Amino acid sequence: MSLTRADIEKIAQLARLDLTEAEIPVYVDSLSRIMDFVGELERAGTAGTSPMAHPLPGLAQRLRADVVSETDQRERYQRNAPQVEAGLYLVPKVIE
Amino acid sequence: MTAPSLPAATVAGLAKGLNAGEFSSVELTEACLGRIAASQPGLNAFITVTAEAALAEAGAADTRRREGRAGPLTGVPIAHKDIFCTQDVLTTCGSRMLSNFVSPYDATVVAKLREAGTVALGKLNMDEFAMGSSNETSFFGPVRNPWDTTRVPGGSSGGSAAAVAARIAPAATATDTGGSIRQPAALCGVTGIKPTYGRVSRYGMIAFASSLDQAGLITVSAEDAALMLGAMAGFDPRDSTSVDSPVPDYAATLEQPLAGLTIGLVKEFFDKGLDRQCEQRIRDALAVYEKLGARLVEVSCPNLPLSVPTYYVVAPAECSSNLARFDGVRFGHRCESPRNLTDLYNRSRGEGFGAEVKRRIMTGTYVLSAGYYDAYYLKAQRVRQLISRDFAEAFGQVDLLLGPTSPTAAFAIGAKTEDPITMYLNDIYTIGANLAGLPAMSLPCGFADGLPVGLQLIGPHFSEARMLNAAHRYQMETDWHLRVPAAFG
Amino acid sequence: MEWETVIGLEIHAQLATRSKIFSGSATAYGAAPNTQANLVDLGYPGVLPVLNREAVRMAVRFGLAIGAEICRHSVFARKNYFYPDLPKGYQISQYELPIVARGTLDIVLEDGSRKRVGITRAHLEEDAGKSLHEGLPGLSGIDLNRAGTPLIEIVSEPELRSAKEAVAYMKKVHTLVRYLEICDGNMQEGSFRCDANVSVRPRGAEKFGTRAEIKNLNSFRYVEKAINYEVERQIELIEGGGRVVQETRLYDPDRGETRSMRSKEEANDYRYFPDPDLLPVVLEDDFLEELRSTLPELPDQKAARFAGDYGLSDYDAGVLTASRELGAFYEDVVARVGRDPKLCANWVMGDFAAFLNKDNLEIAESRVGSAALAGLVTRILDNTISGKIAKEVFEAMWAEGEGADAIIEKKGLRQITDTGAIEQAIEDVMAGNPGQLADYRSGKDKLFGFFVGQVMKATGGKANPAQLNELLKKKLPG
Repeated sequence: MSLTRADIEKIAQLARLDLTEAEIPVYVDSLSRIMDFVGELERAGTAGTSPMAHPLPGLAQRLRADVVSETDQRERYQRNAPQVEAGLYLVPKVIE
Repeated sequence: MTAPSLPAATVAGLAKGLNAGEFSSVELTEACLGRIAASQPGLNAFITVTAEAALAEAGAADTRRREGRAGPLTGVPIAHKDIFCTQDVLTTCGSRMLSNFVSPYDATVVAKLREAGTVALGKLNMDEFAMGSSNETSFFGPVRNPWDTTRVPGGSSGGSAAAVAARIAPAATATDTGGSIRQPAALCGVTGIKPTYGRVSRYGMIAFASSLDQAGLITVSAEDAALMLGAMAGFDPRDSTSVDSPVPDYAATLEQPLAGLTIGLVKEFFDKGLDRQCEQRIRDALAVYEKLGARLVEVSCPNLPLSVPTYYVVAPAECSSNLARFDGVRFGHRCESPRNLTDLYNRSRGEGFGAEVKRRIMTGTYVLSAGYYDAYYLKAQRVRQLISRDFAEAFGQVDLLLGPTSPTAAFAIGAKTEDPITMYLNDIYTIGANLAGLPAMSLPCGFADGLPVGLQLIGPHFSEARMLNAAHRYQMETDWHLRVPAAFG
Repeated sequence: MEWETVIGLEIHAQLATRSKIFSGSATAYGAAPNTQANLVDLGYPGVLPVLNREAVRMAVRFGLAIGAEICRHSVFARKNYFYPDLPKGYQISQYELPIVARGTLDIVLEDGSRKRVGITRAHLEEDAGKSLHEGLPGLSGIDLNRAGTPLIEIVSEPELRSAKEAVAYMKKVHTLVRYLEICDGNMQEGSFRCDANVSVRPRGAEKFGTRAEIKNLNSFRYVEKAINYEVERQIELIEGGGRVVQETRLYDPDRGETRSMRSKEEANDYRYFPDPDLLPVVLEDDFLEELRSTLPELPDQKAARFAGDYGLSDYDAGVLTASRELGAFYEDVVARVGRDPKLCANWVMGDFAAFLNKDNLEIAESRVGSAALAGLVTRILDNTISGKIAKEVFEAMWAEGEGADAIIEKKGLRQITDTGAIEQAIEDVMAGNPGQLADYRSGKDKLFGFFVGQVMKATGGKANPAQLNELLKKKLPG
């Protein structure tokens, strides 16, 4: 299947990826090829087959006891943050 | 004391030497650091070398040994794929996005191997976010194959495979989402093991595709893998998908005879895409197994040829979501002077991720988006079920499956970067085990035009002990795993 | 044209767990920014979620209380979108297989009739953090303390037909989650809030109109006002030839209007898929049985019991069971008084509730406890004071924190039941008001009330009203 420039731009926006002018045709081409390639799946007969979300069958989610196990590590965790002030992570203004 | 000969070293051998007092961990670590420094410009296997910390750990290990508190791996130097978070050490995942990221915590794998006494030499190069089969997508430059530095080492654990192949690190952690341990192990002539999904904790291992990712090892020998895996595996309450079952003593069963073992040859693995020389090396290995008493049976996994397209829906889908956290807000790359929130996101991510990562994020975004979810994502998960059933049926008849790891030996750097599909097909034999969560290994089984060839073993869930046993018996009969590239001998 | 309003509510109730749904961070409200956000809450690379057992138990308790189906095999899914208060770029929620599905809740409408409201589903999910905009020019500050707090999102069928019905339903859910002790219900702190999906259609039409979603309403009053505003806006729009667009709107309480949220206008494509980091939540029989057997008496059951056992009207029974605390308080008063539950109810719903409300106190903080109120009611019933004097006594009890008897003694409010004393007062009044007496005797019966009032005034309100009536009837005719 063939993806268009508009498709790529829409996907890139949904994924929050800034693409350069030069990158767009490259992704138009390679994503089209990838979608063609995975399109092969269509011919697999999967009627009555349930989707497999997890590689080990029959396992159930383990439940954790409701215990507070964490202490304040803000200073340590914010060392990687590009911009903080008064303990807050800063971003350009969120407009609601 | 005499400094150990690293080209001839195995983890098992080094552990013996340390125990016998032939050399100290500090001496051994210094020797490794020296070899790393010498190799680095040519191979580029490391992103970060933690020399100072390594020597301190080695000193502590020597003290423990003197005090009689040493375990089997105390003082053995290893290196970690840079996908594992290491506290207070740069953890980049091979990406510009994390090129400034110092992890505040240790991955469970890192912590367990430290508790076992190993000494961490540093962080190994890899394809960016483990997305690649050639180690060419790393922000830190490609890793080169020690057997021929014009060629790729495979990927994504290319740094791990190259480091062990060049004997600059005795063993390395690695991860495998679609073949990222086995394929570089094959291309570099070393031993690689991807355990059963859930056998080793994923906590602290930066996620690519959560339902496929599994941590494992690249080592010189199956025996080394057995020793290391025992220290690394086990239940982790911080990983909901980790399995709560005891870890067997893998080393204890290594030498069991193989008489009565049934090995399945997957018909679909010996297809037209397989290089003739590589196929011949696999057939040679089969003869060794027959000699060891194994029975060979042909089996078929008819849906296996669909594993690559299945994978290239499931893995990108999960990756598109897993990598959404890299948004320039709490850690990682942030663009200069964002004009607004959208600009902050788009540019930080656009600049921080490389071309292949962006391609996979977009592929994944697309297959999950409204109108395509059923046709691609759900369809792929159904095919995944079929592939798993094929394996389950095969394991009704055989103990292990055997086939090639990779369709060809190492290819030239740059040879497959143009067409993503060509690159993706490198993993045609390895992806099935990830989709089904099965343990699998790659073992050196000879050479094709001077380049290593790997054979692959795949076992049923939690059959690592049997698989390691079969691998070790093969390595007792052969010395392919002990061959060292001339430049590093 | 006559229009019909169609409303569905999505109520978000924070579950009252100690730790977060997927991490061991505390959930306490009001901590300094980001001090209760650990690596999991921050979405750090490599970390993984592990589900809190208590959050599951609480969601199931809710499901059992609304007679819903409990999903034995529910699945967490990722809802993918970018927002600064959403650290991972996805919210872990439930999509195709929610833990609770198809329940009902009965509400009482203004005319006293009952309405059964369908609850489509209630699913577990994690809350997001908060964006703060004050004092940071051009910037927002992100506090992730709230990120990862467990929520249940309770989704009603679009069966509510007015803002009042919506409020009655929301109040009923509020009552229920507090009965179940799964949510503190604190709306100021955002522990209980809702989104309202509002549309209008011509009365009698089958098809729903296009709906607008009003986000984040955190008071009953706002819910009512926002819906009423929105309904009017939509009707005006349609009648003026316009078309309602499906969009997210925000209620501005200062202006009393809803406005479009530009930031959410971009067509959302959440790309839900099962979260591969979490396994299916499998609920076994004994787990459910244990939760079923420990459910408390629910509001409707309690109201029915109050109506039956205490002879209360449905309305009174409903008011007294609006919270577990109020019901318990009332029952304690009744037990101590031992009779006339109707009078007890009047006092609990009347002066007691009014004073609590005036001082903005919870029952636990009340200045008059159940024993003290029972003491007061007992004094009314044993004729020590009249109902009217009792109000004065109650006010003094509230102000001074003393018992009814102490106040009655101190202020000399004991009712006069001595016939002689009342007769004396009557005679004094008759003597002081000869004109009125003459008029009464010449047939102006209405003046009887005048004499009652005068005698009460003369006795400081303490004359036993029944005795006074009887004696006046004897004496006034002369």
